[in-house]
Amino acid sequence: MEALLSGIELLARWDVVAALLVGSIGGVMIGSIPGVGPAVAIAILLPATFSMEPIVGLTMLLGIYGSSMYGGALPAILINTPGTATNALTTYDGYPMTKAGQARRALALAYSASFFGGVFAIICLIFLSPLLALVAPHFGSREIFLAALLGLILVILAHRGQIFAAGMLAAFGMFLNSVGMEPVKYTRRFTFDQNWLVGGVDLIVVVLGLFALSQAFLLLADKDSAPEAQPISGSMWGGMKEIFGLKRVATAASGFGVVMGMIPGVGEFTAQFMSYTYAQKTSKKPELFGKGSPEGLVASEAANNAVPGAAMIPLLALGIPGEALTAMMLSVFYVHNVVPGPQLFQNNLDFVYALYIAMILLNVIVLIFLISSTNALVKVITIPTRFLGVIILTLSFIGVYSLRNSVTDCAVAAGFGVLGLVLKRLNLPIVPIILGMVLGGIMEVKLRSAMARVKSPLDFIDRPIAAILAALLVLIILMHLRTLIREYRTGLGEAEQDHDLHDTQMR
Amino acid sequence: MTHIKTLQDLFKRYRRPGDLVFAVLFLLFALFLLINLDGQTTWVNRTKLAAQPAFWPTVSVWLMTIFAALHLFGSVVSPRIEGRWTEVIFWLRSLEYVGWFLIYVLLAPIGGYLLSTVAFATLLAFRLGYRTPKTLAAAAASGFVIVLVFKTFLQVKVPGGQIYESLPDGLRAFMLTYF
Repeated sequence: MEALLSGIELLARWDVVAALLVGSIGGVMIGSIPGVGPAVAIAILLPATFSMEPIVGLTMLLGIYGSSMYGGALPAILINTPGTATNALTTYDGYPMTKAGQARRALALAYSASFFGGVFAIICLIFLSPLLALVAPHFGSREIFLAALLGLILVILAHRGQIFAAGMLAAFGMFLNSVGMEPVKYTRRFTFDQNWLVGGVDLIVVVLGLFALSQAFLLLADKDSAPEAQPISGSMWGGMKEIFGLKRVATAASGFGVVMGMIPGVGEFTAQFMSYTYAQKTSKKPELFGKGSPEGLVASEAANNAVPGAAMIPLLALGIPGEALTAMMLSVFYVHNVVPGPQLFQNNLDFVYALYIAMILLNVIVLIFLISSTNALVKVITIPTRFLGVIILTLSFIGVYSLRNSVTDCAVAAGFGVLGLVLKRLNLPIVPIILGMVLGGIMEVKLRSAMARVKSPLDFIDRPIAAILAALLVLIILMHLRTLIREYRTGLGEAEQDHDLHDTQMR
Repeated sequence: MTHIKTLQDLFKRYRRPGDLVFAVLFLLFALFLLINLDGQTTWVNRTKLAAQPAFWPTVSVWLMTIFAALHLFGSVVSPRIEGRWTEVIFWLRSLEYVGWFLIYVLLAPIGGYLLSTVAFATLLAFRLGYRTPKTLAAAAASGFVIVLVFKTFLQVKVPGGQIYESLPDGLRAFMLTYF
């Protein structure tokens, strides 16, 4: 209780409140524009947050992370184009509702389900925190190494149909992390006698290139388009009460979101799919799913909004990010020498609570903002895509250049921008590169310190948590092989698949 | 959009035109790193394997090469998708905007952040075909707002432009601090 009060005190400052407002309202606006997602926004804002205090910077980034999916539901429902990648399933039932003249009802349901999911996840976390504080200290170097390895393997296996590509890109990320002067034995690695490579490849430069610059290049080089959306009439409040009739679906969906959000590399897609399938199987009207079912819409939106809260668990408790956005946030911690991990829960529980309370507040701010400003946001959706490209490119400059005022950084980021463009065009994943870089770094440090105390290979897994993690690793690989065989036997025809589902992933 | 049927489908991705070109290029890059592995890393005496500076580069470059070879193999044995070279031309077309970006990067320390940004946004908008006074003004205004938010309010680190040196003293200090 004392930690909770102290957490509230941490937030009671004008700069934190301002960061929260800017982050959450900015996040909704960014999320609602198809073509820009939270990854682009967080990448651009990262260097600017380095000069702020950790709580201020993180509140702003959390605001964007937690609110972008609210905004993303708007174009998903109105124009059948998800605003962020994780709103893809929302189009299934949201857009048919719009076509049936129920746009306002669909939006009200999406907002209320998102709010339900977001708040549900944070309440779960607040109750889980004391437990995490108990378990986290049992994670030593070898456990963290195994957890990072598990995260990396899960990220690769999650890209089904592109596992080889995901594997090579994750390995590329690990390679990038190893370039430069190695800090223990002071030897150079892959520097090719180039001074600019001695300092290594900066994560932020890579992130800005792969996410922000690539998106700008993509929008600029492609044909111009300006989506059209009709304004909404009437009040949202009435429609929001409908969520109380769908409590069961919303609770189950949020539960899936919380559990899946905690597992690195899995995230929103699996949570949404599981909750959507559950809602359909237990519905009295399963035939309506995909044709405008309120239950389907609630299942999708509650699940994806429960994920950001839960995704903070591996980040805060173990210092292991499960996806690109939390990987970016990790760099904010590093810059301020706040190392997330077991000690954070033991020594700075108030800081953790402050982040959770900020997340609850952001949900409230976003809901109020959306109810009052949906029609203003409808105008934001219609910004022409190439014009958007100009703005992203201009913003990317300040992101990269403000880091070290280095022209080389800008050139390297532009190179990664072209790589990101090629990957996006080929529908290949970008996230494995970022996680390869971050988790590769964690694995290098942790394996080195773990092996100092390990005499035989079996010693590595002689502690309970290490043994469980190792068993999980083996189990996941075996299960993957089993599904591959089963899938091969009962494969669906190419034409029956949704080829464009991942089209919008990680803008 | 055809709906997904199983959990496996959700994570599937499908090949697009140009996949083979990227697979070849990536494998060549991995092989280049592999050839340079010995020359660009050092194995140190009396040090455990996990603590060797060359350990992680070796692991990552070998993994890159193996996965890239498997990815290329997958591309070669899959049916060809039309439009490979059109796609490659699209990639190359993006280089024009890399050029625009780098010119902007080089001009900002000379012309100052404010002037370069407004000029960059307006000229690029003009190049993209937004030629009405309204859209050009919108581009210039976007540039101005970006400078206002990042430099004036957030005070991010961007050095003042060389042309600010020729301004009168009071104005110079003002421009250096806020724009």
